[in-house]
Amino acid sequence: MQTESLQDKKMAVQESIDINGSEAVLKALIAENVDIIFGYPGGAIMPIYDALYDYNDKLEHILVRHEQGGIHAGQGYARSSGKVGVVFATSGPGATNLVTGLADAMIDSTPLVCITGQVFAHLLGTDAFQETDVINITTPVTKWNYQITDANEIPSILAKAFYIAKSGRPGPVLIDIAKNAQIQKFSYTGYTYCNHIRSYRPKPNIRNEYIVAAAEMINKSERPFVIFGQGVILGEAELEFKAFIEKGGLPAAWTILGLSALETAHPLNVGMLGMHGNYGPNVLTNECDVLIAVGMRFDDRVTGRLDRYAKQAKVIHLDIDPSEIDKNIKADIPVWGDCKETLPMITALLDLKQRDSWTAKFQECNEKEIEAVIHDEMHPTSEHMTMGEVIDQLNEITKGNAIIVTDVGQHQMVACRYAKFNQSKSNITSGGLGTMGFALPAAIGAKYGAPDRTVVAIIGDGGIQMTIQELGTIMQNNVNVKILILNNRFLGMVRQWQQLFNDKRYSFVNIESPDYVAVAKGYRIEGNSISRREDLKKSLTMMLEHDGAYLLEVFVGKENNVFPMVPQGCGVSEIRLK
Amino acid sequence: MKQEFTITIYTENQVGLLNRIAIIFSRRKINIESLNTSPSEVEGIHRFTIVIDELEEVVRKVVRQIEKQVDVLKAYFNTNDEIIWQELALYKVPTDTIAEKAKVERLLRAYGARAVVIRKDYTIFETTGQREETDTLLNVLGPFGLIEFVRSARVAIIKDSKGFYEKLKEFEQSKPTTRIDSINRSRIEEETIDL
Repeated sequence: MQTESLQDKKMAVQESIDINGSEAVLKALIAENVDIIFGYPGGAIMPIYDALYDYNDKLEHILVRHEQGGIHAGQGYARSSGKVGVVFATSGPGATNLVTGLADAMIDSTPLVCITGQVFAHLLGTDAFQETDVINITTPVTKWNYQITDANEIPSILAKAFYIAKSGRPGPVLIDIAKNAQIQKFSYTGYTYCNHIRSYRPKPNIRNEYIVAAAEMINKSERPFVIFGQGVILGEAELEFKAFIEKGGLPAAWTILGLSALETAHPLNVGMLGMHGNYGPNVLTNECDVLIAVGMRFDDRVTGRLDRYAKQAKVIHLDIDPSEIDKNIKADIPVWGDCKETLPMITALLDLKQRDSWTAKFQECNEKEIEAVIHDEMHPTSEHMTMGEVIDQLNEITKGNAIIVTDVGQHQMVACRYAKFNQSKSNITSGGLGTMGFALPAAIGAKYGAPDRTVVAIIGDGGIQMTIQELGTIMQNNVNVKILILNNRFLGMVRQWQQLFNDKRYSFVNIESPDYVAVAKGYRIEGNSISRREDLKKSLTMMLEHDGAYLLEVFVGKENNVFPMVPQGCGVSEIRLK
Repeated sequence: MKQEFTITIYTENQVGLLNRIAIIFSRRKINIESLNTSPSEVEGIHRFTIVIDELEEVVRKVVRQIEKQVDVLKAYFNTNDEIIWQELALYKVPTDTIAEKAKVERLLRAYGARAVVIRKDYTIFETTGQREETDTLLNVLGPFGLIEFVRSARVAIIKDSKGFYEKLKEFEQSKPTTRIDSINRSRIEEETIDL
């Protein structure tokens, strides 16, 4: 692939060839080292699909069952591989079906390039068949978007699209290509990579005075606390991050998108932040003297009530996106820049320290949480299984080596709380947008992004029914993903809130499920359903050892709740253990 | 306390960018009081002038969101005392009443206005100035059977600005060297500290 793009480059000085816009799109993808596209054809993108017919050997295309499935697959691919996910969809409904995934990728900073077909340029604005104003619909949910009506623009715009999607704080880019541009012949002079746009500054300049100030503040601190997010993973700064916390003896807690950047077993990994996070990280946020935020954005699910959040602490905020600094929490020291560069600069100035009495406080809190919550979750006295014990059993078998893809709701919180990870890019979930239906298609993409790894999609009985059609994609392409449905016969998280805050008025949270094993069978996917504890280990092992996709439904207690919990409108130290 | 801020944005000339900028305000339910787009001192670079009534903290965050847009080169925000600003207003009045009841010459002089068109049936005055000035003339002309009134968006020049040529040169280098505002968060985000 690399040679082809070099040839293309060479050609730039020598000659040009006449190709059509569609072929130029595919040449661009090859030059950008794209190996897989998730998509769905339709009228307005047919010329591109026609060109794809001849590029079958160079570009793999996965036919999904719904464009939303396509874009979530693209997201899963991007998250497990660290590369840009590529998605094709047609105009009109094809494009509007991408919107949820774009919003999800936007808020979770996932690099995507989505290419949508559009009606002929002369039909724009005429309410033509399958015409939608895709650019305006997607403007708030894309990092950048652009409509191409002339094939000559295709190489340079796609180069720009890939550069914007993956640089700085990554995000989704949508390129809408009118059908006339797809069929238009033009003289192609090769593909030139984009590495600079004058109006776009992906990385702010690093200011040395803040690096020095941050290091001094940490050195003087008695109770420093690090909270980290996906910035560490997106910046591929896992090693730099570890060196930083190890030298400073800094306890570190993660947001759910930061999960897996630091291995679970690391002695300084003190757990999860936020609404259903661990007790220690939440309570001690309000006891630390310096709070060091790395590549995270102080989401309200992390901070709880802002006026009761870390008021006693000085805040150091490292982020590549300047608009995140001071957005929710005022930073005393703003460290703008890519944390892969800023972390080592700070580490170099840190005193080598161990802070045993401070880190012991996290341990004390953890013991309290084990006693009040975790013990019962892992060793329930009830005959019904808990989600926690299922995850725990899964850990034992996978040894923390699997990629865990979760959907949204109780099972997601439980999986994030209890799943163990040994390596980065292993936790894939819809964090910011909270998109139910994310996990199944994202797991498909995650498997293509990391084909050698085991991918387990953990999904509730609500979320699975939102994108269950993607079982068809799994069937057709033999995608080896393991689907673990935690079925509590409720929309569990909403039910939990209704129980705790709406006097158990269970309004429309009773959800019936089909016979999932039969559904899977219909898609020629092996499956099993269990409700007894004694079948758990055996069934999980069977699922993981099965050669190919497998669906395991586990019935869990109907009215189990996720604790601890910081109720909405409360401060993090008001976290409830029951 | 909410006050008037003028936001000046230098952008590429790109279809759809107006919407991309406008939704940053509408998403936060901020009303745009006035919006002007025009060429700038640099060829090919567009300049937006937007007026909103907001808290400084809100304006700062909004400006950062604007600056984050790929096609935006730079955004500034200023209070009224940091800028020179003008608006243009047109007033259409019946010529006969004006001729009868008021001395046109005197009106023009008093309010710095000029007649753009004088026809038998109507006269159009034009004046430029700040809100109070254009409003005053509006009040004066009201009783004379004002037929139409229109006022343009605000255009503004930042007193301390050295223009955009230098900044653009910096941006055009393949290694961008722009700086974010300093720790004391000075309003015009031009930096004084050199590393």
